[in-house]
Amino acid sequence: MSKWDRLKAVPMPKQPIHIRIRNFDEVALGYNEEQALMEAERCLQCANPQCVLGCPVEIDIPGFIKLLRDGNFREAILKIKEKNNLPAICGRVCPQEDQCQKNCLLSKRGDPVQIGRLERFLADWEREHGVEIPEKLPSTGKRIAVIGAGPAGLTAAGDLAKLGHEIVIFESLHEPGGVLTYGIPEFRLPKRIVQAEINYIEKLGVVIKTDTLIGRLYTIPELLRDEDFDAVFIGTGAGPPIFMGIRGENLSGIYSANEFLIRVNLMRSYLFPKWDTPIKVGDKVAVIGAGNVAMDASRCALRLGAKEAHVVYRRSRAEMPARKEEVENAEEEGVIFDFLTLPIAYYGDEKGWVKRMECVKMQLSEPDESGRRRPAPIKGSNFFMDIDTSIVAIGRRPNPLIQQTTPGLKVAEDGTIIVDEKMRTSIDGVYAGGDIVTGEATVISAMGAGKKAAKSIHEYLTKKI
Amino acid sequence: MYKIVEKREIAPRIKLLKVFASEIAKKAQPGQFVILRVDERGERFPLTLADWNKEDGTITLVFLEVGVSTRKLGELGKNEVILDILGPLGNPTEVRNYGVVCVVGGGVGIAAAYPVARALKEAGNKVVSIIGARTAELLIFEEEMMMFSDEFYVSTDDGTKGYKGFVSDVLKILIQKGHRFDLIYAVGPAVMMRAVAEVTRPCKVKTVVSLNPIMVDAMGMCGACRVTVGGKTRFACVDGPEFDAHDVDFGELIRRQMAFLSEEKMALECWEANKRSKEA
Repeated sequence: MSKWDRLKAVPMPKQPIHIRIRNFDEVALGYNEEQALMEAERCLQCANPQCVLGCPVEIDIPGFIKLLRDGNFREAILKIKEKNNLPAICGRVCPQEDQCQKNCLLSKRGDPVQIGRLERFLADWEREHGVEIPEKLPSTGKRIAVIGAGPAGLTAAGDLAKLGHEIVIFESLHEPGGVLTYGIPEFRLPKRIVQAEINYIEKLGVVIKTDTLIGRLYTIPELLRDEDFDAVFIGTGAGPPIFMGIRGENLSGIYSANEFLIRVNLMRSYLFPKWDTPIKVGDKVAVIGAGNVAMDASRCALRLGAKEAHVVYRRSRAEMPARKEEVENAEEEGVIFDFLTLPIAYYGDEKGWVKRMECVKMQLSEPDESGRRRPAPIKGSNFFMDIDTSIVAIGRRPNPLIQQTTPGLKVAEDGTIIVDEKMRTSIDGVYAGGDIVTGEATVISAMGAGKKAAKSIHEYLTKKI
Repeated sequence: MYKIVEKREIAPRIKLLKVFASEIAKKAQPGQFVILRVDERGERFPLTLADWNKEDGTITLVFLEVGVSTRKLGELGKNEVILDILGPLGNPTEVRNYGVVCVVGGGVGIAAAYPVARALKEAGNKVVSIIGARTAELLIFEEEMMMFSDEFYVSTDDGTKGYKGFVSDVLKILIQKGHRFDLIYAVGPAVMMRAVAEVTRPCKVKTVVSLNPIMVDAMGMCGACRVTVGGKTRFACVDGPEFDAHDVDFGELIRRQMAFLSEEKMALECWEANKRSKEA
């Protein structure tokens, strides 16, 4: 074990690169007890902690770190769970570097305290040592329908169940978890972790009904009128993938990142043919876009046997929206980054399978009023890339079905649902939060919205009594 | 979990299942489909509803056993369960009184055409039906279709029953003979729907087809089912499954349907080998 240094974070143990690119097991292995204690020791226990201000769910961070440091792991995880129902997930996928850790005093002179890794350590410790189910308040007799079992819905459901309400989550897919299940790959967020966190929510008394698409099977007015729900929370998240609309984009071998990741994660196609859903990547894969989803897709492609995976991005390294940690992991694993490159057309073989991608080189303008440097194509810079697969990871629109089937629900021009500061929609008793309100964002911001909505729904229902 | 309450082999390799799914049965409308997953490791795949019964809470599925998923589904017996059924999905058929409509069903698509023909008949249309299959023994839902048809035609590729040729040939003959239609509705293999579209294109009769591309989530999230319609990319699962036949790029649809052909073949071989070793 290396010497303890207040300014240096304890490194995260990881699977060796040459091994991990051959499997879908988790890359980051998590701190052991000794490492966690060493890292916790670095916390300054600030009287006026800035880290908490960076947390969308306001976890008492110095509080849980102090308990951890004292070896009181049980109390430490319960401290986190006062605010966060899904710590094993957040410890893995929250962008801590832009939130709590960004505000850490130590980050001015060295590495911030690795709050996320400590959260993960505690959550994993609890899972191994038995999860305590908190006592619920007496039943209020109120029923709440939660639409979507993703981060927003699970959080809202958990909080409301603890308050004594009866909760049914309606999930359209065959497994709950939303993006945690269908989107984020096993090697970043193992599905058994997601399942364990969902089990916890179910133990709070929440009923999850899968294979149930609200908008088709029941509409929101029907839930309120015929199915005896007193309130509804909409957490339907992001849906339709955005394509570029360029020539040849419907050739076979061109997937939306959503399709690619749904096949790999939800349908376990990395286990094909033991599992039935196929996937095909070929030798050379282009992933369009440079967010976390693009990192996930390119890393999946390498694990599925691609010889080369390129992240093709129209801006430069500095503008990449992906987390630094994810970019580092992707680079370590051999993902190639083609910056300032924009695909403009695809060409296929006689079977309609993509074979070539035509691109144009880009340059960035001087920063405009908003400080953003816009990419513009360089004339005559067109070139071709031979590819077998392209994965389009340039974003998604909000799911439209609820909006289309709920008369009176106010919707913004971009298709997101309009809510006020209490997460109330334009319909009495109907609340919304997460990507369906903000457009694509993070797991933790969706959870923050779910929490806020839960609080408002509780207020609404208890006032009504 | 959805229990199978009735199972019949209605033609060689074509099976009919009645499944208890009362919530879906209550909401189903003509033209809609469901997504199934037979077991834990199964694929998600769509089947158009062949019928439903609000009273007894059942839905009827008709399918041809081709790949692993349909083979697995076909192996399930009465009282066994299908792990997942999601639906009803897709936009329902626009049912109204058009006047004279021609409903064309090919192969296993006849079962999908049936609820549409029935609804169109009940809406006051004169219904002319054309159903066809490769050979006589593969013809399904004849009586059901006949029940809601004012005129009824059959074709088989090999001439073992009815007209020798394709359903599109029969349609062409009817149009040449002076039949006037206000709407043509066709469902079946993509090549058949393309042929129907080509027959009706010159006379500009509104022709609706129900498309059957590969789907995964079938709720608009993945885009596997994208089709080019009138030069625009549409998602068959949420924008369809029905589209104006004259605007559909059938060549692209057919190529995309075959995207995983070699994988599907391999999966079937593995499954069959597995099954043999289990039996032995």
